[in-house]
Amino acid sequence: MPRQLRVVLAEDGVLLREGLIGLLARFGHEVVAAVGDAEALRAAVAVHDPDVVLTDVRMPPGFQDEGLRAAVALRAERPGLPVLVLSQYVQRDYAADLLDSGDGTGVGYLLKDRVGQVEEFVDALDRVAAGGTVVDPEVVRQLLRRRRDPLAALTPREREVLALVAEGHSNGEVARRLVVTEAAVGKHIGNILAKLDLPPAEDTHRRVLAVLAYLQA
Amino acid sequence: MEACDVRQALFLRPWRYPLGAWPWRAAGYLVSGVGAGVLVCAVLLVLLVASLLLVGIPLLLFGGIALGGAERLRLRLVDRRPAADPHRVPAEPGLGAWVRERAGERATWRELAYALLLATVLWVLDALVLAVAAGVPGALLATPVLLAADGHETKILKAVLVTSYPPALAAAALGALLLVALAYPLGLYAAGRAALTRALIAPRERDGLGEVIASRARLVDAFEAERRRIERDLHDGAQHRLVALSMTLGLARLDAPPGGPLAERLARAQEEAGQVLAELRELIHGIHPHVLADYGLGPALADAADRTAVPVDRELDGLPRLPVAVESAAYFTGREALANVDRHSGAARARLTGRHDGRVLVLTVEDDGRGGADPARGSGLTGLADRLAVLDGTLTITSPPGGPTVLRVEIPCRVSSASSSPRTASSSAKG
Repeated sequence: MPRQLRVVLAEDGVLLREGLIGLLARFGHEVVAAVGDAEALRAAVAVHDPDVVLTDVRMPPGFQDEGLRAAVALRAERPGLPVLVLSQYVQRDYAADLLDSGDGTGVGYLLKDRVGQVEEFVDALDRVAAGGTVVDPEVVRQLLRRRRDPLAALTPREREVLALVAEGHSNGEVARRLVVTEAAVGKHIGNILAKLDLPPAEDTHRRVLAVLAYLQA
Repeated sequence: MEACDVRQALFLRPWRYPLGAWPWRAAGYLVSGVGAGVLVCAVLLVLLVASLLLVGIPLLLFGGIALGGAERLRLRLVDRRPAADPHRVPAEPGLGAWVRERAGERATWRELAYALLLATVLWVLDALVLAVAAGVPGALLATPVLLAADGHETKILKAVLVTSYPPALAAAALGALLLVALAYPLGLYAAGRAALTRALIAPRERDGLGEVIASRARLVDAFEAERRRIERDLHDGAQHRLVALSMTLGLARLDAPPGGPLAERLARAQEEAGQVLAELRELIHGIHPHVLADYGLGPALADAADRTAVPVDRELDGLPRLPVAVESAAYFTGREALANVDRHSGAARARLTGRHDGRVLVLTVEDDGRGGADPARGSGLTGLADRLAVLDGTLTITSPPGGPTVLRVEIPCRVSSASSSPRTASSSAKG
C-alpha cells in the first residue's frame, strides 16, 4: 500500500477540481490545497510543502501553458519536488521541457483523459511521488511515428521496452507486460543504453537519460 | 512597341517623334486646354457670384464633376491609357443618395481643385507654351507668304523688317527647323500637364488597393480571433466536462461489482467518452494547435511533420518567435502542403525547411513524388495564398510532371518581441 500523499492541486475547472479531490481522497491521499491558477499554485506550494504537485497545463489568466511554466519554475526552486502535469493535448515539447527540469526524476506528464482510468492514474501519481518518471503513452506513440531519429538502431522489441521505461515502469513491470523474464528486460535495457551511448552510471539516472534521448530524438 | 502616351513617344524613339502624330496630339491637347480653361474661367466667375447667394456652391461641385469627365476624355489625346471614373456607384438609387455619395468623396473635391487650377493657371500656361512652340515657328514660316501679300515688306514677329525674298525664305527655313526643335519641349510640357491631370482626376489605384488590403487583413484577423475563441470554448466547455464525465464513470466502475453487467456497461460508456475526447482533441488541434501558441512555428511544424504518413526530413532549427498572424499563416500553409504530399504526391520522402534571416521567413516543402500538382484545383492552397497575400507574403509552387514538387512560402516579418521567452530557446532546437 503506497503511503498517503499530501497533494497540491492546480486546476481551473471547478468540476474537475472537485472530482479530483474526491478521487484522491478515495485512494487515501489528501489534497492540502486546491487552486485555480499558476500564481496561487506557487504560493500554495510554498505554504504546504506537499509530497507531490498535480497541475493542469492551461490556466488563467493567459490560458496558454502557465501550469507547465509554473511546474518547471517550481522544480528549479525546489529540486526533487515531484510534479505530475495534466494536459488536454500531449506534445513532446511540453514533455521535453518538463523532463529537462530538475534531474528528470519525480516528474510526470499525462493526457488529462487518463484520470478516467482511475486506478492507473493514481498509480502514476504514486510513481511520480516516489521519484519515478511517467510519460504519456500518446507522447511515446507520437515519437514512434517519426522515422528519422537516433533510435533507429534499436530493434522493435528494444523500442517497446524503452517505451515502457519512458512510461515509468520498473524492469519487473516491463517484463510482466511484455511477458518475458526480468533478466531479458535487463538485457534489452543494457543494449538500449549501449546503443544510445549512455555512460554506465547510477541506474535510475541512465534510465532517465534514455527517456530524454527518446523524447528529444 | 507602340507608344501609348506622349512621354513614351518622346523617350522611346525621339528621332521619329516629330514625324508622327504625337506633336500634333500634344498641340491639340493644349489648344483644347486653352479653350476649356477659358470656358471654365467664365463659368467659375458666374458661379462664384452665384455662390454669394449660396445657390452656386452645389453647382460648383457638380460642375467640377462634369469637367472631370470631359477632362478624362480629353486626356486620351496625349495618353491612350484609359483614365477610369474615380467616383463610386451610390449604394442606393435616387438623386439624394447620389448627392450624398459625391459630396463625401475625395474624387469630387479633387476635381473641383482641378477646375480651379485650370481656370486660373493651367490654361494660361497652355497658351504661353503654344505661343512659343507653335506661334514663333508659325510666324517665321509665314514670312514669305506675308511678303508676297504685302508686296514690299513685312515684319517678322513685329520686330525684324524683311524686304526681299532671300531673307524671307531663310526665315521660313529657320521656322521649319524651330517647329521641329520646339516640338520636343511642347511634348514634354503636354506630358507633364497630362500627368498632373491624371493625378488629380483619375482614381488613385493605391487608394482602392489599400482599402482592399486593409479590409482583407481585418477579415483574416477576425477569423484568427474567432478560431481561438472557438478553440477556447471547446477546451473550457465540452472537453472539461467530458474529462469530468470520464472520471465519474471511472469512479463508478470501482463501485460496480467486478465482472458484472454494470461494470461492463460502465466500461463501455467510459470507452465511448474517451473516443469522443480523442476526436474533440483532434478537432481542436485542427482549429488552433496549442503547440503553435506555446512554442511557435518550428515545434508546431515538427508536430505536423510527425503526423504526416510520408517520412519528412526537417530543418527547422533556430526559428524565432514571429508575429501571431505570420506563424499562423505559415503553419497552416505548411500543414496543408504536408497533407497534399500525403494525399496526392505518391512521394516516398519529403523535406521541410524553415528559416528566418531577420527580415523574411522562408518555408519550403519538397517531395520526390510524381509532380504535376495544380494549385488551382482544390488543393486548399489558394485560400492560404490569399491569407499570405495579406501579410505581403508569397506562395510559389513548382511541380513539373514527374516531380519534384517544391512549395515555397516567403513572408517578410520581424522577430516578435515575445521571442525572448525562454521556451523558444529550449524547444526550437528540437525540431
